[in-house]
Amino acid sequence: MTDLVPFLKNLISAPGLSGYEDPAARIIEEEWRPLVHEVSRSRLGSLHGLRHGTGQVPRPSVMVAAHMDAIGLMVSGITEGFLRLTEIGGVDARVLPGSPVSVFASGSGQTKVLPGVVAQPAAPLLPPEEKDGPVALEHLFVDTGLPPRQVIELVRVGDLVSFAQPPVELSGETLSGHSLDNRASVAALTVCLEELQARPHIWDVWAVATSQEETGLLGASSSAFELRPTLALVLDVTWAKGPGADEWSTFPLGKGPTIAMGPNMHPALHKAMKELADRLEIPYALEFSPRHSGTDAWATQVAAEGIPTLVLGIPLRYMHTPVELVALKDIRRAGRLLAEFIAGLEPDFIEKVVWDDEANA
Amino acid sequence: MPSISTPQIKLLERLCNAVAVTGDEGEVRRIVLEELKGLTDEVRLDALGNILAVRRGTGDKRLRVMLSAHMDEVGFMLVADEGAGLFRFETIGGIDVRQLPGKAVLVGREHVPGVIGARPIHLTTADERKQKIPLDALRIDVGPGTSTVKPGDRGTFATRFQRSGPAVISKALDNRLGVATLIELLKHPPAGVDLLAAFTVQEEIGMRGAKVAAYALNPEIGIALDSTPANDLPAWDGRENATYNTKLGLGPAIYTADGGTMSDPRLIRWLTGTGDALHISYQLRQPGGGGTDAASIHRTRSGVPSVTVSMPHRYTHSARSIARLDDWKNGLALLTEALARLSPELLASERA
Repeated sequence: MTDLVPFLKNLISAPGLSGYEDPAARIIEEEWRPLVHEVSRSRLGSLHGLRHGTGQVPRPSVMVAAHMDAIGLMVSGITEGFLRLTEIGGVDARVLPGSPVSVFASGSGQTKVLPGVVAQPAAPLLPPEEKDGPVALEHLFVDTGLPPRQVIELVRVGDLVSFAQPPVELSGETLSGHSLDNRASVAALTVCLEELQARPHIWDVWAVATSQEETGLLGASSSAFELRPTLALVLDVTWAKGPGADEWSTFPLGKGPTIAMGPNMHPALHKAMKELADRLEIPYALEFSPRHSGTDAWATQVAAEGIPTLVLGIPLRYMHTPVELVALKDIRRAGRLLAEFIAGLEPDFIEKVVWDDEANA
Repeated sequence: MPSISTPQIKLLERLCNAVAVTGDEGEVRRIVLEELKGLTDEVRLDALGNILAVRRGTGDKRLRVMLSAHMDEVGFMLVADEGAGLFRFETIGGIDVRQLPGKAVLVGREHVPGVIGARPIHLTTADERKQKIPLDALRIDVGPGTSTVKPGDRGTFATRFQRSGPAVISKALDNRLGVATLIELLKHPPAGVDLLAAFTVQEEIGMRGAKVAAYALNPEIGIALDSTPANDLPAWDGRENATYNTKLGLGPAIYTADGGTMSDPRLIRWLTGTGDALHISYQLRQPGGGGTDAASIHRTRSGVPSVTVSMPHRYTHSARSIARLDDWKNGLALLTEALARLSPELLASERA
């Protein structure tokens, strides 16, 4: 594997908005090709990488999923050369004014990437409650600095607008940038595949970079159905403690991944993962997920006749802003924990993924 | 004859990428002093850090003309260390707090990178999102490792200058455009005028550098070179935008009256007359509001007739402003030509 930091910086610098993941998928595919035996794309654009296990056919399989799509914006109109916006995925408009963006302008036949700025109009141009309050997305614009007649030639309604904040390494081995939700998890999955090069495993492994998580978990539901794995592990970012985030649902940055429990996770998987982390002395936190996990696991668990699922979380500060912040150590720990779990899967492990009642029946 | 091409744009880029927040202008001061080598008859620093430079003209009866361009930019000062790389900070100069969340910053002399984050949207309520995020909820985060960052350090947005066709996107266009213009004027100075150049400090907190610079230089005419907002976006409800201040693409903006100065009418006529005669684009800034170094200059001693010329820019005092290179080119041309045809008769003429 390319070193983690250059790979991740390169990955988050590529656009890959929900439904338009190709640029990110290409980078991931190139990285995965030496690490897996087969690569394919699903009908909805998810990337599948298969590592054959060593066990006798028919082999059980584990799907490890990390969504590769990122939130962003889309051109919804052009007024006097300024671009009106709508969101793809959940964007808090309060973090947008002054942000750098890239406009993927398709109007001239060939896509041109135009630098732009999210513009907050001056107070007299805004409705009363927005003169001094947060400006709604519908009243913000993207300004490319180009004159109106040039904008009309280059840009069309429906063109994608991605964040363009360059990645920044901060102290304490942390990385800040946009799209770390969820490319940090894709990187952790890649670390896992790298570690598996040296660890034989009996089960087949489907590494899946899912599409369209942010807009409805579609990559997860379609890939889980197509691949029909025996088990599914979902990697997503979770909320790190930090300024403005100190609730029970937040976790310290740099102190390991989270292992989630709740209706969306099978308790036997949770127990097995937890015991493994204890044995390996990999630090982790327990994540309490009372309802919808907010991840691909929600769709994966109910594909076809149902799939036992578990979620691992990588703590991330400032989620869904252009300056999300992750600890590189947490990415490596998550990747390693996954690899060890997969390497330790015995041929009949699925017999142990049962409910208390079943065991006693 | 001055022009705006690659060397000038490279200088502007260097100036814009430098960090020089009000009260801590050293990085820009050093660039200016380096650029001024060999161009002036006198150059010195004063008690506040202003650069005062004189380039004398030739011939009799030369007017003493002060040109002022402020070196400082708006930014932050870190005021409390909360541990693990998190700092409380205050703003310096007028920054709209809505421009702060989700931005990358640079802190201290070593330009340590940091970010101003925000609460994840998933943890917010709809009611919460109707309020702007207050300054005291924001922190500068430089990461949990060791760093040299400490309270008292200044910081500003981490934006790197970039081109976009005919435009530039950068922080601190207010007022590195003015600084770059004044450097160019010193490179091609008018022959018949004593050019008293002040690269001033502390404009953003009240034009304080210009006050003492004007006293020391004792000019007969004052011209502030600044950069002013172009609020030329569409109104939310489609009404005519009647408060645009200036517009991008219409050339340098000549001030008639702002919040601090009634421009001397003779100087306004001098500038507009030059533009008209030589077909150099210019616009008149809408009167009212704001203020420039001219506010301090024209009040000095027994008074100094003054005017301001500013390059327009959008999104003032934020991480990313936008200006057009043509406006800068026309601004430099207008000032160069006007200074070339300036004579003492101007001050003898009627005001109105």
